[in-house]
Amino acid sequence: MTPPQEGRTGLAGLAGHTVPRQATAAERDRGEIGPEPADVLLTVNGTVHRVRLEPRVSLLDALRERLDVTGPKKGCNQGACGACTVWVDGHRVLACLTLAVACEGREVTTVEGLADGDELHPMQEAFVDNDALQCGYCTPGQLMSAVALMKEGHHRDDAEIAEWMSGNICRCAAYPNIRRAIRQVRDSGGRAEQEGES
Amino acid sequence: MSIPPQIGRGVPRADAHAKVTGAARYSAEHRPTGAVHAVLVCSRVPSGRITGIDASRALVSEGVLAVLSHLNLPRVAAQPRLIPSLAGTTAHGQSFFPMQDERIHYAGQPVAMVVADTLERAEHAAELVGVDYAEEPWTTTVDQGRDRAYEAEHIFGGFVPGRTDRGDVEAGLAEAETVLESTHRFAANHHNAIEPSAATAVWEDSKLTLYDTTQGPTATRLTVAELLGVPPSNVRVVSEFVGGSFGGKAMIWAHPTLAAMAAQHVRAPVTLALTRAQTFSNTGHREEQEHTLTLGARSDGTLTAIRYRKLSPTSHFDDWAEPSLGPAAQLYACPNFEGVYDLVRANTMTPTFMRAPGEGTGAFVIETAMDELAHELGLDPLELRLRNHADTDPETGNPWSSKGLRECYARGAELFGWHSRDPRPVQGARREGDWLLGTGMASAVYPVYSVMNPQRARARVYADGRAVVETGCSDIGTGAATVMGQVAAEALGMQSEAVTVHYGDTELPNTVAAVGSAGAGAVSAAVHTAARKLRDQLVAQALADQGSPLYGADPDEIEVRSGRMSLRGSPGTGEAYGEMLGRNMTFDAEAVGSWQPPGRDSGYGTATFGAQFAEVAVDPGLGLVRVRRMTGVFAPGRVLNRRTAHSQLMGGMLWGLGQALLEATHMEPNQGRWANPSLGEYLVPVNADTPDVQVEMLEVEDRVVNPLGVKGVGEIGQVGAAAAIANALFHATGRRFRDLPITIESVMAPA
Repeated sequence: MTPPQEGRTGLAGLAGHTVPRQATAAERDRGEIGPEPADVLLTVNGTVHRVRLEPRVSLLDALRERLDVTGPKKGCNQGACGACTVWVDGHRVLACLTLAVACEGREVTTVEGLADGDELHPMQEAFVDNDALQCGYCTPGQLMSAVALMKEGHHRDDAEIAEWMSGNICRCAAYPNIRRAIRQVRDSGGRAEQEGES
Repeated sequence: MSIPPQIGRGVPRADAHAKVTGAARYSAEHRPTGAVHAVLVCSRVPSGRITGIDASRALVSEGVLAVLSHLNLPRVAAQPRLIPSLAGTTAHGQSFFPMQDERIHYAGQPVAMVVADTLERAEHAAELVGVDYAEEPWTTTVDQGRDRAYEAEHIFGGFVPGRTDRGDVEAGLAEAETVLESTHRFAANHHNAIEPSAATAVWEDSKLTLYDTTQGPTATRLTVAELLGVPPSNVRVVSEFVGGSFGGKAMIWAHPTLAAMAAQHVRAPVTLALTRAQTFSNTGHREEQEHTLTLGARSDGTLTAIRYRKLSPTSHFDDWAEPSLGPAAQLYACPNFEGVYDLVRANTMTPTFMRAPGEGTGAFVIETAMDELAHELGLDPLELRLRNHADTDPETGNPWSSKGLRECYARGAELFGWHSRDPRPVQGARREGDWLLGTGMASAVYPVYSVMNPQRARARVYADGRAVVETGCSDIGTGAATVMGQVAAEALGMQSEAVTVHYGDTELPNTVAAVGSAGAGAVSAAVHTAARKLRDQLVAQALADQGSPLYGADPDEIEVRSGRMSLRGSPGTGEAYGEMLGRNMTFDAEAVGSWQPPGRDSGYGTATFGAQFAEVAVDPGLGLVRVRRMTGVFAPGRVLNRRTAHSQLMGGMLWGLGQALLEATHMEPNQGRWANPSLGEYLVPVNADTPDVQVEMLEVEDRVVNPLGVKGVGEIGQVGAAAAIANALFHATGRRFRDLPITIESVMAPA
C-alpha cells in the first residue's frame, strides 16, 4: 500500500478498493490519535476520503485545505458568522469549531451535496428565484441552515424563521429575501424536508 | 424615452448558480500545485520600535519554510502614495508599507510573516515568533488628541479640500430666528465583509498571477507592480468572486504584495488569508468622529446658515477623513455654508472608504438636526425639507443633471402612510404594551462621481448566435456581471440569456474599480459602447454583402431582434448575425469599445437622491429598539436590473439599521488597539434584527452622467436610513439620540 501523503488524497472508499488501516474505536477511546498526523476516514457528500490529519485540524480546514471542498466558507473561524455551516449526521454544525477527527464514521454533508446531479435542491432554486444572495460568501452556510431548519420544523412563521436563521450572518443583508426563499420552499409542499433527511 | 426590454429586466444573477452550488471559488480557494500558506504576525503595541525578532522556535517548527520580517524581507521598489481607486491608477490604501524597518505606527501592523506547508502549521509557528518592542507613547482616540488637532489642507487622498465656504455664515446666523447647535459622536466602524481579505500568488518565471479579493483588479495590478518594481503587464490579477467588500477591498493593502514576496522567497505559490481579527488592522476602517453642526433658520423654516466642523483621527502618513460634510452642503438651498475638517494624528492605519463614506455619518447629522428644527418650529419634518429643497446644486449654482427628490418624498410618504402620522413626539403617545412606537423620515443624497479614464469592453458574436461580453471589473455582489450581459444584449439586439459574461481579470479590457457607486455607470457605458459598435459593424457587413437579403439597404432602416437583422416594417427581409457569419466562413466577430467619461466639470450637479422612512418600537425599561418597517424610495437614474438593484438598496438600508443601533469598533485607549475585533463582538444585523424592507425606484432620465444615465445604487440605500431610525426614536420617546450607535444603555438612561 502506498504510504499516506500529507495533504489532499484521492477517493478511498469505493467498492473494491482497499481501505487503509486506521485507528480502531478502542484506540481512539484510549486517546491514541495524535499529536502526530493520523489517517482519518471522512465521509463527505457520500464519498469516503482517506486523509492524513493532525488532530488539531478543524473539519472546515480538512474540507477546504485537504479535500478541496470549498463550499463551506471561512468567515471568522470562531463560530460567530455561520458561513462554515455543514451537516454532521444530518444536524447543522459549525465546521470551524468541529475537529475533523471527531467526524470519522459520521456523514458530513456540505453545500456541494445538496443538488441532485444537475438538478438544484428546491432551496437552492428558491435562493436564486428570490435573490437571497449577493456576494455569495455566506450562501453555502445559509443554505445548509435553511434546509436543516425545514427538517427541524422551525418554519412556522417569519419570526421563527428569522430566529433560527440568525446564526448565519449575511453582511450584504439579503435577510428578507432569505426568509422569502424559505417560505417559498415551505409553501410549495415540503419537498425540501424529505431531501433534507437524505 | 421608453425603457428598452433587456435593460431593467429582473433577470437572475449571472453567478447565482455557482454561488448556490458551492462551485464559486474565492481568492483563498484556488489551489495551484504546491501551494503553501503564509500567516501574518501583527504588532501588539501601537507605537514604538521592534528591538528584536526571535524566529528560532518558529523556524524549527514542523513544516515551516520561512519567517520573513523587516530583517530579511526585500525593500519595496516605491514609496506608496495614497490615491483613491476611483482615479483608476495605483490605489495604495495608505502611504506606508509594513515590514520595511523596525518602526511601529499602529497596533496590528504586520511585523512578520510565517510560511509553512499547511495552514495549521503556519498558524502555529506564527505564535512561536518572538517580537520584542520598545514602546512609545501613543494617541489612538479623538479625546487623546483633541488638543493637537489641526485643520486639514485636503482630505480623502487629496480629492476634497479641508475647508469649504460659500456666502457669509456670520451674516446668515445673524439673520436667523432660530439657531440650533448639536454635537454628534460616531464610533469607528469596520466593513466586515464575510470573506476576509486574501490573496493567492503564483509566479511563473517573471510573471505573477494573483487571485485577489479586490474591488479593482487593475488597481491591484498597478499597485502590486509598483511595489515589486515589475512591469504591470507581468502581473495578472484574477478576481471573479469577491465575498463582499463595502469599501474594505476598494484600496490595495499590503497583503497581496506580501503574498507575492513570500511566494518569491519560498519559490512556491502562497495563499495569504487574513484572519477575521487581522482584517480590523489591515484593511482600513471608518474613523471615529465628532461632528458639530450649527443651523440657522427663519421661523418659516428657511435655512439661513450651516456651520459644520468634523474632528477625527487619521494616521501618521495620510490626511484622511471621510467627506461627511457633503450631505449638509448639498441637500438644501442654504446660501451660507462653512465646513471644516479637523484632524488628529493617531496611531492607527489610514482610515478608508466604508459604504456611504461620509454621506452615512453626514446625513445622520444634518437629517436629525432638520428633524429637531422641524420640532422646534412646529413644522412637519417632510414639509421643512420641501421648504428648503435645492432646485439647483447649492455648492455651484449649477442645474442638477437629474434629481427626483420631490417625487421620492411624495411616493415614500404615500407608501409609508406618513400623512396620517400623529405628530406628537411624546413618550408613550403611541403604545403597545411596553413598546413605545414612533416614526421618522430623512433625505438621502449620494454624489455621482465621474470616473477619470477611458472605460473599455469587448463584445463578440459567434456564428451559433451566442455572444460574449468582457470587462476586467470584479463583481463584489453588486450584480455587475449580470447587468453587463443585459446591457450588451440590449445594444446587440439579443436576449440577455444568449450573452455570456467574462469579468474579474486584468487580461480583459480595463474598467475602473467598482467603487463609489460608480461601477455600474462605468461598466454599462463601456459595454454599451462596445456592443453598439459590434452591432453597427455587423449591420454594415450585411449591407455590403451581396449574398445578404439586406444588401444595399439603408443602415437607418435596420433593426435587430433576437440576433436577427431585418428591414424595419418588413421583418421577413433579413438574416441572423450567425447566418451572415457562417456564409462568409467566419466563426465570430468582435469589437472593443472605449467610453471616454465627460470629466469633472460637466456644468451640472450630479447626485442620486432618495427618501427614507422608518418605524420603531422602543422598550425604555429594557433599552430595546426594534425597527418594525423601513420604506425607501430612490431615484438612481436608469435601473439596469430591478432585482439586483432592489437587493443593493435593501442591503444599504439594513446597513443603516446596523449603523444606527449596532455597529461600533471600540478603541481601548490604554492599550491603543481595537478591543472587539471579531464578529462576536462587533455587532452587525442578523436575520432577526431585520424587518421586511419596502424599496421603490423612481427612474429619472439623466443625459449627463453616462450614456445610459446610470447613477448607481450601491450606497444611496444606506444614506439617511440611520437618521430616519433616530428620528423615529425621538418620536417614540421624546428623547434625541445624537451619537451612533444608539446603545441599549443610552436608551435605558432616564431622560
